[in-house]
Amino acid sequence: MLEAAWLIPAFPLAGFILLVAFGRQLGEPLSGWLATLASAGAFIATVVVYAGLVVEPTEERFFILKLYTWVESGSFSADVGLLIDPLAVTMALFITGVGTMIHLYSIGYMHGDPKYSTFFMYLNLFITSMLLLVLGDNLLLTFLGWEGVGACSYLLISFWFTDESNATAGKKAFVTNRIGDFGFMLATFIVFTQIGSIRYTDILTRAPEISTFAATLIVVLFLLAAAGKSAQLPLYVWLPDAMAGPTPVSALIHAATMVTSGIFLLTRLNPVLAEAELWSRGLIAWVGALTALLAATIAVAQTDIKKVLAYSTVSQLGYLFLAVGVGGYVGAIFHMVTHAFFKALLFLGSGSVIHGLHDEQDLRRMGGLARFMPVTAFTFIIGWLAIAGVPPFSGFWSKDEILLFAWNADEIGGKALWAIGLVTALLTAFYMTRLVILTFLGRTRFFDVTTDEIDRAVEARLDGARAEITAAEEAKATADGEAEKALADIAKREEALDKARLTARESTAEVAASTPDADGYDKLVKAMDRATKAIPKAETALIKANEKSLEAARAVHAAQEHVEAMGGGLDALAAESPPRPPPVVTARTPATPVGELADYLPDSYTRRQDQRPHESPWTMTLPLLILAFFAVLAGAVNLPFTSDLHILEHWLEPSLFGHEAEVAASAATKWLLAIVAVVVGVVAVVAAFAVYLRGRGSAEDVEQDVFANAWYIDASYATFMGGPGRRMFELAAWFDRTVVDGLVMGTASTLVQAGRGLRMTQPGFVRSYALGIGVGAAFVMVWFLGRLFA
Amino acid sequence: MEVTETWYLVLSAVLFAIGFTGLLVRRNPLVMFMCVELMLNAVNISFVAFSDALDDLAGQTAVFFVLVVAAAEVVVGLSIVVAVLRRGPAMTADDLSSLRG
Amino acid sequence: MVDVIVFVIAAAIILGGAFGVVLNSNPVRAALSLIGSFFGVAVVFILQEAHFLALVQIVVYAGAIVVLFLFVIMLLGVDRAEDLSVEPLAGQRAAGVAVGALVLALVLGGLFLSGPGGDEGAVALTGQQAATQPLDRNESDVDQLANDLFTRNVLAFEATALLLTIATVGAVVLVKNQGAEDLVVDEPGEAAS
Repeated sequence: MLEAAWLIPAFPLAGFILLVAFGRQLGEPLSGWLATLASAGAFIATVVVYAGLVVEPTEERFFILKLYTWVESGSFSADVGLLIDPLAVTMALFITGVGTMIHLYSIGYMHGDPKYSTFFMYLNLFITSMLLLVLGDNLLLTFLGWEGVGACSYLLISFWFTDESNATAGKKAFVTNRIGDFGFMLATFIVFTQIGSIRYTDILTRAPEISTFAATLIVVLFLLAAAGKSAQLPLYVWLPDAMAGPTPVSALIHAATMVTSGIFLLTRLNPVLAEAELWSRGLIAWVGALTALLAATIAVAQTDIKKVLAYSTVSQLGYLFLAVGVGGYVGAIFHMVTHAFFKALLFLGSGSVIHGLHDEQDLRRMGGLARFMPVTAFTFIIGWLAIAGVPPFSGFWSKDEILLFAWNADEIGGKALWAIGLVTALLTAFYMTRLVILTFLGRTRFFDVTTDEIDRAVEARLDGARAEITAAEEAKATADGEAEKALADIAKREEALDKARLTARESTAEVAASTPDADGYDKLVKAMDRATKAIPKAETALIKANEKSLEAARAVHAAQEHVEAMGGGLDALAAESPPRPPPVVTARTPATPVGELADYLPDSYTRRQDQRPHESPWTMTLPLLILAFFAVLAGAVNLPFTSDLHILEHWLEPSLFGHEAEVAASAATKWLLAIVAVVVGVVAVVAAFAVYLRGRGSAEDVEQDVFANAWYIDASYATFMGGPGRRMFELAAWFDRTVVDGLVMGTASTLVQAGRGLRMTQPGFVRSYALGIGVGAAFVMVWFLGRLFA
Repeated sequence: MEVTETWYLVLSAVLFAIGFTGLLVRRNPLVMFMCVELMLNAVNISFVAFSDALDDLAGQTAVFFVLVVAAAEVVVGLSIVVAVLRRGPAMTADDLSSLRG
Repeated sequence: MVDVIVFVIAAAIILGGAFGVVLNSNPVRAALSLIGSFFGVAVVFILQEAHFLALVQIVVYAGAIVVLFLFVIMLLGVDRAEDLSVEPLAGQRAAGVAVGALVLALVLGGLFLSGPGGDEGAVALTGQQAATQPLDRNESDVDQLANDLFTRNVLAFEATALLLTIATVGAVVLVKNQGAEDLVVDEPGEAAS
């Protein structure tokens, strides 16, 4: 049965190849189902292999399946072969198991995406690479898988690469990983020089041959590699940015599988770690502990649901490193398995939330979703309880195991490590509770107005006011026109009046100058009458004109006042600062009042009022339920009460070569530590409820800026790389160009110069050659003569 | 005073030196060839001088052969000169420098 | 006494002719000086009682070889004078004269500083006895030479015959055919083109 082990990586590889060839034609959702089936096939094969391994007696659970010889070069040989032992099978089980569920989940999640089949192609390739990584029987094959998962991570993070920031995140992940890969390669070389082989069978059994110095160096270099891959200080910066990828990617790669490669590597090489100096293992533990603490502080202040989970992952990985460093390999694997379940569960749950809210990821816009997405909420809460370390959920057992080993590791400051672990556990419980409250409980802030919408409404209102001012100014201009016309009218009427008076006087004078019996006297009298009657008409007209002018002036004045009022209104509006949603939010934060802006709010707001967050389809909720089931029960594989219940520990013995640390604490101490851990967890949960659900205390004080900005580490890296870093690189480039290239080219050019010099001896002229012959002949004669005097 | 073979040998040496110098100094290929003939003649004189001084016929036999071979050499050499100087009558030995490195 | 005078005159002719060859800018004149030199050499041969060789010298060298030279000179039209004042190769002239003088000095030095060897004081330049064939002064040298050539040195003799054949063939091959138009041949009745 164990010979079928090659099927484990073969299924997803076949899936990958089929999707490369036919993916586009299969389309949605067939390509998704094909990929899921491939992954499920791998899982079934793994179960079969597991069954085959379990029936073997414990000492013989170490099986090499050689597929073919890959490199055979002098004393160096590496095969493509699989090493089947409990450690590898454990990893393979949860990789394929969780992987299959994520494949299923993605069928629903990626619905409608134009690159649907490409996504599944990458996922299958990822599973293949990851399986090669854990099943490989030599460091080269593991490195192949290592690089493969790095490449798939890059492809999947920048899956939606049309958005520049996604592409940058992918590049950042790849480059940061690469720094670790450098450590991996150097360590492999050193292993080869020490042991002469890179097969695990050789390394693990002959580890005592490695000198302590070399072993320490190997451990430190592999730690560098693991820090890159598993996102520890200082190379963790890529993981939060990796959230730019689709959520299933975050769940699979950055929670359950790829990021555990580092811990797997260190656990696999535990004999080498045992040969190294103690401080190197201490370094592993301290790096892990500090990373865990740092990441937990940052997670407290994050507002993006996925970023909280990302920093949480970094923190939990720190726990795993801590476990490895203090010699608790079983604890590390145990926590790795439980973490895989509950972290994948949390990520997929967050994906479901994001999906239900139509791609909203900001915590401040969530809340009260429990009544809209009951299944998601239920499973998410189970995940929360697991990670917070609440018994009897799985997370409690595994985390407790690690803290016990930390307490035990006195040579490397175990008590301090324990304290850091405890504080981290407190913060973990706190921020996870905050996450649950802000997402699922309290008021549904989804319908609230956003800052962006308020800004747009304010702008719209100002624009309206400005339009009104323009209209008022136009009205004033019209009124001015009217007033002028009225004045002109008055002038005309005055003229008319003067003319009428003049005409009247003239005709009166004519009549007076004439006699009644002269010719035309009647006409003159009539003219005089007419002229006399015209005067009052003209006067009336003038009065009317005056009145009109007065009215027009009043109208102008009114228009002017209107404009000023409008202008004042605009200034008032501009000076007004309507309330906006606060940056720090609790479940009690009231909705931002909209007030007068209601008429100006954009369409997105009005449309949203009619939307309802909805639960996800069965392809997404089924995996959630399955994972929740395991998150509850996974603790059963390694309960601490009696030795019989240490199933995982006994199972992993063949892979650990007895390098598991001995815990020298009494049962009472163990109970005490466990109780302390539980109390701390409960206190944290209660505190979080107080701050975020009841609104007591100040949430702003908790969420410090320095946490929200990730301790400004990213910014400092950028400054360093831009400044001194760049100068270092340029120095290295100069060295390569001038010294190294100079040596090589210099050798060549020296030879060329020598050749040019020698060319001088061949001028081509016969007479020069004759001269040469003559000189030679003279030499010969001199030699002969020399014999005379010898 | 008698003419001993030393006189002939000195004459031969001087003639040889003149021919050699001429070979190095002149540029016209034909004149260079004539200088070669001078050198051969100088050697002939010294061969005959030794033959006379040592009562040995081998010297004269040697001169005979030198003469014949010089004739053959002149034939071939002049045909080469002709083949080369077809390029132009003003060619000198310096223009034949295609073996230049 | 007579020998001395004849020798001195012959030497003067030889050296005069040699200088003429080296110093004449006109190759035709150089060839004629060469002939004079050859005559001097023949006289020297006769002084040393190598009569056959003197004859052969005249006939072959002066009569055939120099004539061949003159043919080529005239054929190729290189009878123009060479410009002796300019020396394109730097230092060649000085080096040439120096080497020539050096060679002369070395030969004369070797001549006067060495002796027959053995235990008489002066050391021999070479210690090897070369091929010897006694010379009888009473027989004619033609007979002796012929005797020697056709018995002891017959292989060399035949080889030289072969050499002459090869030289002739080689000469024909070398000068044939590439650009026969270089040679201007006057046809009777045609104006020279």
